[in-house]
Parts: sequence; structure tokens; C-alpha cells
Amino acid sequence: MEQLYSLSLAEALTLLEEGKVSAVELTRAVLARIEAVENRIGAYITVGQEQAIAQAEEADRCRHQGVPGPLCGLPLSVKDVLCTQGMPTTCASRILESFAPPYDATVVDRLKAAGAVLVGKTNMDEFAMGSSNENSAFGAVKNPWHTSYICGGSSGGSAAAVAADECLASIGTDTGGSIRQPASHCGVVGLKPTYGRVSRYGLVAFASSLDQAGPLTKTVRDAALLLNVIAGYDSKDSTSVDQPVPDYQAALTDGLKGLTLGIPQEYFAQGLDPEVEKAVRQGIEVLREAGAETVEVSLPHTGYGVAAYYIIAPAEASSNLARYDGVRYGFRDRNADTLKDMYRLSRSQGFGSEVKRRIIIGTYALSSGYYDAYYRKASQVRTLIIEDFRKAFTQCDALVSPVSPTPAWKLGEKISDPLGMYLTDVLTIPNNLAGLPGISVPCGFSSSGLPIGMQVQAAHFEEEKLLRIAYNLEHRLGIAGRRPVIS
Amino acid sequence: MQITPEEVTYVAGLARLELDPEEVAAMAKQLDRILGYVAKLNELDTSGIEPTTHALSIRNAFRRDEVQNSLSQEKALANAPEQNGEAFVVPRVIEAI
Repeated sequence: MEQLYSLSLAEALTLLEEGKVSAVELTRAVLARIEAVENRIGAYITVGQEQAIAQAEEADRCRHQGVPGPLCGLPLSVKDVLCTQGMPTTCASRILESFAPPYDATVVDRLKAAGAVLVGKTNMDEFAMGSSNENSAFGAVKNPWHTSYICGGSSGGSAAAVAADECLASIGTDTGGSIRQPASHCGVVGLKPTYGRVSRYGLVAFASSLDQAGPLTKTVRDAALLLNVIAGYDSKDSTSVDQPVPDYQAALTDGLKGLTLGIPQEYFAQGLDPEVEKAVRQGIEVLREAGAETVEVSLPHTGYGVAAYYIIAPAEASSNLARYDGVRYGFRDRNADTLKDMYRLSRSQGFGSEVKRRIIIGTYALSSGYYDAYYRKASQVRTLIIEDFRKAFTQCDALVSPVSPTPAWKLGEKISDPLGMYLTDVLTIPNNLAGLPGISVPCGFSSSGLPIGMQVQAAHFEEEKLLRIAYNLEHRLGIAGRRPVIS
Repeated sequence: MQITPEEVTYVAGLARLELDPEEVAAMAKQLDRILGYVAKLNELDTSGIEPTTHALSIRNAFRRDEVQNSLSQEKALANAPEQNGEAFVVPRVIEAI
């Protein structure tokens, strides 16, 4: 029989509903899997064994009483940037090492209310800043397909945990590609919803105008299932949008007749790995066979996305991260005599080098005399990027492209080259600047066996289109069941 | 040269960060490359283009001015590095002259 930990959410739900397996059995299987492989992957910062078993027992009781929520008894993980009451929330930073939030993020609250079992908090780049998960104070996460390669970032722990069957599904966050890129590198599905679709309450802020939480799952159906639970208006997030949440699973229909897919030429430009291009183009062919039309489109400002982002995101971060001052929570240097020294010493020891780098870039870009040249200019270019998308969506229903220009690279390969690392996000960043929904769905493998994902993007609140396209690709390719052998 | 080591030290100070000389040297070099790259934004003529700060047009979210549940004092203080049961305790604020 197939191992319980390797089930998708939908498969596990069927077994739970038929009474063939209990939530406790399922949770124990996942915890045992974590025990078996975690030392080779490093996907978790915290595993809450006892809490998870208690939640699973409660889920089994709810099911017996006939009141199961939509995720009743399913063992999930959550990126360590989302606040969890009674479970540490570190953002993979020394500065929050001992922080135990007094409340749950709305996303976590909704998962719990739906009956999910929270097995633990996943590793990430510190404060979600990074593309390789090497910027964690708790160690790098390894790619389950090849443990000497990076798993992507910043939701690398979530992607690796799903790929390595250390949870049935996970919630990550995406500011410049942080759900889609690690999903692509780990061969799982990663959905970044429209900005405002999912509440940011309790999501530790990095860049508030860009951050958005979303699911990382084994299948497209599971992404639809999870999105239905976490999406929706929340009065505690002033940027949350009050718009009805459709039944996302109903969007998973066979065939793509009537849909036009745009192929943005700039996303296939120089620097794209030939194996990535081949896999994505073959995937597009599969979508055509499913009935979709295709059209070449142009997003002329794509090449300026990274430059605009590396002003806007650090500017917002420098302001958001001013709260870590050693006063109300987090690390404090005990040797400081004055308040100012305490701020300086606590922050200098608490933050890692990438976080410091971004705080300094952001502070510089916002400082007197530079604001117009940097922040204002970048915000104007953001408008041009949004216009590109708006025009493209008059010609097509969705955009199909690679997620990352290359498959995963070796651990350590880019760590001393921050700009080189930033440039790997060239194909995911414009999406965040425009607040669009985007999905990464597996579409092939490189010759060295590393996964390659296809990105699909659509207009605001058109997650159903993304799911329908991704679903058609997934079940025609038939590679969703492929899992790594962890060495 | 986009940014000098002296500027890095100054800006770090504004952000309440202290870097040792080696960090400053490395940071200045990296930031110089990053800002050099960012300068490509100047290739674009953006005169007359409205800046975007939020991708969706959202308005301020008001609520009624009514008392709602909030954190208890005990919970609010629970994560503090130093507290006295009523307030956060910090080193002296006014520096000696």
C-alpha cells in the first residue's frame, strides 16, 4: 500500500471520510516521515509533535460527531513568517528566535477552524528575503531531488517539506516569487493569489504592498482546496478585498477551449536555460492540445522589474523592520547603557547580512535627497509594468512562461553575489509589482533530474483560470505523482 | 561610484545598524553594484507617469470608533526582554551630556 505521508490532501480526505484511516494515524505517519528524512532536508524550524497529535485527536472527534471542517485531520505545515499562538514564530531570524506570538495569523486561524493539523513551522530565508533559502539563521534547506542543490526561496522549507512528503501541503508567502520559485525548483504546485485575496493579518511584514500568502501542494486540486479555506475578506487587514470567494475546485474542468494563452516574448529572452525553455514550450504544446489558442505578446518593461523591485521592496522593508528594537519582543543586547546603543547593538546582532543589506538599501533610497531619484522613479516604473500587463490581458486570458530562468543551482554557488541572486527572480517579480495571481506547476525535469515549473499568470482575482490551466497541464503530463528519492 | 563606504556607515546609522569595517567595505562594494544596476531605471522616460504605491486601488479602511477586544497587559508584555509587570523596561533614554 502507498505510504500515508505520500498522499495528496484530496486522497487523504477520501480515506478519512470513508473511515479507512484516522487523523491520528495520518499525523503519526507524517511525523515519522519528518523524523526519517529531516536531517537531510532541514525543512522545519519547529515541529510541534504533541500539539499535532492533540489536534489530530480533536479532528477525529469532530469527524465522529459529524461536524468535520473542510480540512479536518489533514497534517499541514506553515511558513515560519505566519504567527502561530503558542508555537514560536522566528522568521528564520536570531532577532525573533524566542518570539511566541500571542495570537494566530488569520490564515492560521482559518486553517485551524477548517480542522487542519499543524505539524510545524517551515524554514525560510530570513524575513522572507532570499531566493535560495540559504539566508536562514537555522541553516539552509536542501532540495529533496538533489540534496547538494538549493530548494529555492524564500518559502523553501514549505516547498521542500511538500516535495519530501514531510507534510501533505504547506502555506508559504510570496513577495517577489517566494512561493512560485521554490515550488518550481522542488517540483510541487505553488499558488500566489491576487494581492488582497488572502489576509495578511499576522503575516510578519516584509514589503506590505507586495506580500501575499498562498498554498504549496502536491496537486492543483489541493491548491484549490486550500485556497478556498484561506481566501476571503478580513477586517483586520485594511488591504484585504471584500469580494466573493468562488468554489475553486469547480474550476478544475477538462479542456481549454475558448481560452487564449499569451506567450510573453521577454520571458523567453537571453539567459533562459535551454532545458527550461524546452520543458516550458512542450508544456505550452500540451495546453494547445487541450484546446487553448496561443498568441505572442510583449511586456516591454519586464527587464526593469528587478531594478524597480530592489528599491520598492527594501524601502518598505526598512520601514517594517524598524519595529525590531529589542523593547517589546525579540533579541536584546543586555550590555547597552543607553537606549540608542541598545537599538544599535540588538539590531546589529539580531539581523543576518542579507536583511541588513536590504534595510540599508531601503533607508538609502528613502533618505533625503534620494527619494525622487530612487523610490519615486521605481514607483513610476511600477506603473509602466502594470500597464504592460493590462495591455497583454486585452489580447489573452492568461500568460504562460517559465518561473525561473534556470533549474535549481548548487548550494553556495550564488551566496557571495547578491545581485546575481536577485536577478534569478526576473520572471516572478513583475507579477508582485502588479498584484496579480500566479501559479507554478511542474512541467518537466532537467537532464540532471531537477524539476522545472511553468508559470501561469492572469488578471486580478482570476485564480480560477490559473487553476483550470494548471490542472489541464498536470493531468495531461502525468508527472504530479513523481516524488524524489531522498539521498 | 554610486555609494561610498562613508555613506554606507552613515545610512546604517540612520537605520540603527552598526557594521564593523570589514562589513562596511563588503557592503559598499555590493551596494555599489546593486545601485549601479538599479540605475537602468533612468533609461526610461517617466515624466508624467503617476507613481504606484499599491497595485489595487484601495481606500482607507475605517471602522466604528468602538472598543474591541485587545491584548491583555500580561500577554502584551509576555515577549518583552525586560518588563516589570506594568511596562517595558529599557535603558536610560536621556544620554549624559
